[in-house]
Amino acid sequence: MAILHIVNKSPYERNNLTSCLRLAKAGAGLILIEDGVVAAAEGGKFSGALKEAMKDIKISVLGPDLDARGISRDKVIEGIDVVDYGGFVDLVAEYDVPQSWL
Amino acid sequence: MKFTVQVNEGPYQHQAADTAQQFVRAALEKGHEIYRVFFYHDGVNNGTRLTVPPQDDRHLQKGWTELAEKHGIDLVICIAAAQRRGIMDPDEAKRQGLDADNIAPGFRISGLGQLIEGGIQSDRTIVFGD
Amino acid sequence: MSATKKFLFLNRKAPYGTIYALESLEVVLISAAFEQDVSMAFVDDGVYQLLKGQSTDGIGMKNFSPTYSALGDYDITKLYVEKESLEERGLTVDDLMDLKWEDEDDDWAEKDSIIVVSAAELAEIMDQQEVILSF
Repeated sequence: MAILHIVNKSPYERNNLTSCLRLAKAGAGLILIEDGVVAAAEGGKFSGALKEAMKDIKISVLGPDLDARGISRDKVIEGIDVVDYGGFVDLVAEYDVPQSWL
Repeated sequence: MKFTVQVNEGPYQHQAADTAQQFVRAALEKGHEIYRVFFYHDGVNNGTRLTVPPQDDRHLQKGWTELAEKHGIDLVICIAAAQRRGIMDPDEAKRQGLDADNIAPGFRISGLGQLIEGGIQSDRTIVFGD
Repeated sequence: MSATKKFLFLNRKAPYGTIYALESLEVVLISAAFEQDVSMAFVDDGVYQLLKGQSTDGIGMKNFSPTYSALGDYDITKLYVEKESLEERGLTVDDLMDLKWEDEDDDWAEKDSIIVVSAAELAEIMDQQEVILSF
């Protein structure tokens, strides 16, 4: 079963993203939502880890949450897909099992 | 696809309830079916009709009630979590000897089994929380 | 007859500081009535839920740790504990409760419910699941 990992917390606040990346298998998907979207901005401490993860895992970020937090699209790490809520639904349907890292 | 959505947090305190509501609307727009929305932990607080949020901001409870009334979505509040947090329907309030109830329209109180059943019957079960 | 699905309950939080540990355990117990293939995963601070010697008189809260011992009777016999999470916290399996279940297919032999797994092993286990609930 391919998992869609869902991370909604900032990696600067909580270890949800770090643990997710430790336990995610190649071929999984990951979507950053809510405060989790801050990880998608280039130049932060976690950019390296995300870019490394992107070799095996498709990463998406919820656009409306980026916009809410004033993170412009051109700041998003290249290769991370920006999606809207409809795209989020599509991802949940595309992968077999959603897994929220709470 | 059939989705079961679990909401673990109350309105406004966390974004979870908002994200869940947006997700549900987007899923309906895409033609999917929402089998059930199950409210657990502080999520049960989405089901009180007594909130008076500022008029220039979204009204989360009314959003849920509208989804129930317009789309027939099954909004289930876990009874154990509701009892702990004081979300009551008239029957439960009477049973507990309480002088008031506060459940919002469109919500119903039921057991944790409804969450498991949702997971069994749905194609995808997604959790929004903290 | 309803379908049997593999349910995994993911626990990442310590007990008592928040209600998630207690209320997620309540869901797990209810799930037993539905005869699904249920397992639990304890990752990060979730491992603290299984620490032995919990005594809550001082904080005035109910000690619900004995409930974990009942899981075996409810046919919930797979409690996966991530090795990396234990090590990061200076813990070993000896710090955890001694949870057992009786295998009726093996002459009621007593077996350990806690299964310590590496992150890689847990990732494989998670990949087999059909419903993953987080709290």
